[in-house]
Amino acid sequence: MFEIRWHGRGGMGAVTAADITASAAIKAGFYALAFPEFGAERRGAPVTAYTRIDKEIIYDRTPITNPDVVVVLDPFMVSSPRVLAGLKEGGYLIANTTKEPSEILDQIADLRRLRITVATVDATSIAMSVFKLPIVNTAMIGALVAATNIIPLSNVVEVVRERFPERLAEANIHLINESYKLLKVMRP
Amino acid sequence: MGKIVPLSGNSAVAYAVKSADVDVISAYPITPQTTIVEKLAEFIANGELDAEMIHVESEHSALSAAVGASAAGARVYTASSSQGIVLMYEIMFIASSLRLPIVMTIAARALSAPINIWNDHSDFMAVSDTGWVMMMAENNQEAHDDVILAYRIAEDPEVLLPVATALDGYFMTHTIEPIDLIEREDALSFAPKRKTWFTLDPDKPVTIGALGDPQWYFEFKRQQYEAMKKSREVFEKSVDEFAKVFGRRYGAVEYFGDENPEVVLVAMGHVVGNIKAYLSRVRGKDSRAGVLKIKLYRPFPEDLIVKYLEGVKIVGVVDRALVPGSASPGPLHSEIVATLRKHGVDAKTLSFVSGLGGRPVTHEHIGVMFSKLSELKDKPASELPKEPLFIGVRE
Repeated sequence: MFEIRWHGRGGMGAVTAADITASAAIKAGFYALAFPEFGAERRGAPVTAYTRIDKEIIYDRTPITNPDVVVVLDPFMVSSPRVLAGLKEGGYLIANTTKEPSEILDQIADLRRLRITVATVDATSIAMSVFKLPIVNTAMIGALVAATNIIPLSNVVEVVRERFPERLAEANIHLINESYKLLKVMRP
Repeated sequence: MGKIVPLSGNSAVAYAVKSADVDVISAYPITPQTTIVEKLAEFIANGELDAEMIHVESEHSALSAAVGASAAGARVYTASSSQGIVLMYEIMFIASSLRLPIVMTIAARALSAPINIWNDHSDFMAVSDTGWVMMMAENNQEAHDDVILAYRIAEDPEVLLPVATALDGYFMTHTIEPIDLIEREDALSFAPKRKTWFTLDPDKPVTIGALGDPQWYFEFKRQQYEAMKKSREVFEKSVDEFAKVFGRRYGAVEYFGDENPEVVLVAMGHVVGNIKAYLSRVRGKDSRAGVLKIKLYRPFPEDLIVKYLEGVKIVGVVDRALVPGSASPGPLHSEIVATLRKHGVDAKTLSFVSGLGGRPVTHEHIGVMFSKLSELKDKPASELPKEPLFIGVRE
């Protein structure tokens, strides 16, 4: 089982990111679940969402406490203990930030000890250039796929095309590809 | 066979309702409504479903309109949740007593106060004495399939009762998962539309909802009791046939775990999955343990419960609703105790109340329940706690 935990704020699209990733995994032939940490939806409030991917049926619907991957949509949340809580040894931290992976590794001591792969991309700038809004969710899916290879990018693109009207879909696919290309990865 | 698509629980249910080719949907469109009827409105708007959507001013009216449409011979659907379900309470008795095969989905959620939109079984349990056949799904494939099963059972001429299919709010309604869609043709061949009940027809006038004075009322109730009993057999036949046609087998109860268990947790809804995941993780360590899922709640499948719990040392019942002041404040626990006692099964029972108002029932909580059961399994019944154990609450 591969478990992804998404952290963002209301309006950044963390819930949709979890959903699109699970949907792409299902299209790729996996079993997958995606669900948000359910709260009253407010723009700007912290949002957590989950994606579980496996080859077999998944029974577990408890919140993910030991993720393989943490994806951080809000640059100000990267070093928050709540965000990094329970990240598995050998796992991934994928962050929307202007910082280099090495800076994040220097900033958070545990990451080296836990042999975490750190990947960073300035998704906010990419999203602003297209939407004039910091809707970074699809860019971060591109980053997730680039860092982990857990699902084929083509399945993500397929889901985005089904989910959004044509112009919006193409804009999002552009974001995914940009982020996929620009992601900086530092493996332990 | 259908194709496998990623859908939320709400959408999975809506697709099944579409495949059942319903004629009338009546619903209150505002909170606490689910997106099930929103999706159905979309299907009607873009021509995928030829049905009448009646938007009403309350859930009381939603079910009243459903009663009227069903009495007129339509295949009828409605859905609601939480306060909406309990606002239907009065009409739920009327639907079942008039023997109208309405199908309704309950997105199971907590009841106010305090205001809480999250999942537990308060609404489901609150309406469990209204004479409806009631079932609850563990995952969204099952929630999808249950709608098709529900029409087949409801409209069976030997049953003619309304059926409620439930799925857990949020933990299922808002979770995306793979769904093997049942297409309309297959749904209608499994649950064909045929008017098996008396309907309002100007050419053949009948009275529906007449006065049942003391000369007659009791006999109506006696017949209603028989119909509910009959639905148990029809359920079994229907799930057998469903397994043949669609390849997915459901049981009124389903057991998962050790073949010869000493301790068993009884649960409903998505928490069954959490317990399965827990047992799979710890298997080998705490081996003689299992989980019994109750899918069919009304009629309560006593025979199968006896079959699975006979010989078990201690049974823990996980309730996600609370009835303060009851001899057993956990309603599911109450049913299990009554069943075991009635059939002379001497398994001890323990009542757990957990996960109220959307609090997740985690592996840690499940671990606490199994350790409690192991600790008490060899004690005499007289030494067991007489009150429910509240798991995961701050005292």
